[in-house]
Amino acid sequence: MGKRRAWVFFLMPSFAGVLLFVVCPFADVVKRSFQTAITGEFAGLRNYRMVFGNTAFRTAVKNTFLFTGFCIPLMVAMGLFLALALSNVRHVRFIKSLYLFPMAMPTAAVAVVWKMLFYRQGFLNKYAVRFSLPGRAVDYLGTGAAFFLLAGTYIWKNLGYTVVLWLAGIAGVNGEMMEAAKVDGAGRLERLVYVLLPNLKGSMYTIVVLSFLNSFKIYREAYLVAGAYPHESIYMLQHLFNNWFVNLDLDKMAAAAVVCGAVFLVGILFLQRAWDER
Amino acid sequence: MKWMEMEREKEMKGSRFAGHGPFGFMGEDGKKRIRGAAGLCRGYLLEGVLLFPALLVCIPFLILITGSVMGRGELGEYLRPVLNGTGGYISWSLMPDYPTFGNYGRLLLETPQFFVLFWNSMGMVTAILLGQFVIGVPAAWAFAVYEFPLCRWLLTVYIVLMLLPFQVTMLSSYLVLDGMGLMNTPGAVVLPAVFSTFPVFVCYGGFLQIPKEMLDSARMDGAGEWLIFLKFGIPLGKGGILSAMVLGFLEYWNLMEQPLAFLEDKALWPLSLYLPEIGWQQAGYAFAASVITLVPAVFVFLAGQDYLEKGIVYAGMKG
Repeated sequence: MGKRRAWVFFLMPSFAGVLLFVVCPFADVVKRSFQTAITGEFAGLRNYRMVFGNTAFRTAVKNTFLFTGFCIPLMVAMGLFLALALSNVRHVRFIKSLYLFPMAMPTAAVAVVWKMLFYRQGFLNKYAVRFSLPGRAVDYLGTGAAFFLLAGTYIWKNLGYTVVLWLAGIAGVNGEMMEAAKVDGAGRLERLVYVLLPNLKGSMYTIVVLSFLNSFKIYREAYLVAGAYPHESIYMLQHLFNNWFVNLDLDKMAAAAVVCGAVFLVGILFLQRAWDER
Repeated sequence: MKWMEMEREKEMKGSRFAGHGPFGFMGEDGKKRIRGAAGLCRGYLLEGVLLFPALLVCIPFLILITGSVMGRGELGEYLRPVLNGTGGYISWSLMPDYPTFGNYGRLLLETPQFFVLFWNSMGMVTAILLGQFVIGVPAAWAFAVYEFPLCRWLLTVYIVLMLLPFQVTMLSSYLVLDGMGLMNTPGAVVLPAVFSTFPVFVCYGGFLQIPKEMLDSARMDGAGEWLIFLKFGIPLGKGGILSAMVLGFLEYWNLMEQPLAFLEDKALWPLSLYLPEIGWQQAGYAFAASVITLVPAVFVFLAGQDYLEKGIVYAGMKG
């Protein structure tokens, strides 16, 4: 096997599988999105009109945008803040392990504890009453607070991941540059703002993309804690797809998958260009 | 690329991953420099502040562990408001009055269903990781070592597929699995996961660290491409491969969306879907089952933390 052809043998099994399991069936989904579900007749844009007119779809899109729009900037900022602080202490490894630990917490176990904490008779209410805080005796998962609970869960689970990424980025910044700035009389804050942060731009794109990837997995916790039809504020696209799937609304699903797939594709390619320019 | 260089730089210096950053009072030679007492104090203070939320993060673990060794009576007492629907609030104690392993005993000895699901989970995770090793690692090698037409373009396709959420490809997966008659078999969960592009990407990050000159000199000595992959690629890319495995284990141990959609038969379910089925009445079971679910994940986490961190970084790396 010569060098020029070798890649074919290494890549083929994976590529064939990707074609078979993802790319080709997705092409079929695109075709189906223009057909009626049962008879398979050409339906034009009817499925798409149905999806965009669907209230559940609109709610889900809105919530998904709100959730990512709220969580990702918060996560990126908190991660950076913590990583900057952590890069100044000695027992980094131990503290970092603690932050990473929730990654090892099985989703189902999270659900058990969350129920104890946030149900009507849970700990949060107990202490809210004891210290007479507002918002007492509420089932937090059944109110708009569910949104913030889910956001908190996401941050609890993924903060360590983000911190590790930021720490790697910070360690990658040229030490000499920082030293030179120091010699030139730049203070700590100046070094942070003018030298370190601009050099971390590349890391930031990466972190945004991976945070986004992980934010979609929060559906697991949401589902296990609140079921298929949670409070409206956390009804996400993931819930919607799952419910359509259960109800065999395949035509709507096809159109929605194409729409979401296209939005993701554009978003990813856009971020990637920014990524390449770093 | 930048990350790779930094990785190399660090390896040369032999310092721990992101040990002491270039920013702050511990410079490159921070360890040697004698710092003033004020600096030391500040260091401790900062550590304390950082430690506090980190400990908070771990409270759920404590609740699970204490709950799992509480007897039925004691749990019933603490959780009574939920069990009877009466007023008041649940309470808890981090020191059980009469610690017992009764929950574990009953779960492990008297609940055959639990065993079945535990091994379902183990079986699926093992099959997926093995499959990813056989399929994904060579693909990563192809991307990292060879130059071929459409290489960059294909890599972009792989990245996009890695980032697409399950729900977007759910219908297409269903169509192909249904067409192949795999619905409601473990294959419906295992096969698509084997061809996931995430491990390819992580291993690719690891393989990029191998100097090309080394491979070229092996070729000069007449080694074939397979031999190079087996003799150099796998041993030298071990870090990336293990990283992909650790991340993969934590991911697939929590499988939820796929079995929920593709496995109707509850006897085929993984453990992650069983836990929520346990009601409050059997809270002791739920805690013990949570802890048992937790053990393999924590074990993998502790054994592979370095790889986990590397994997996180590799996944964010782009050639």
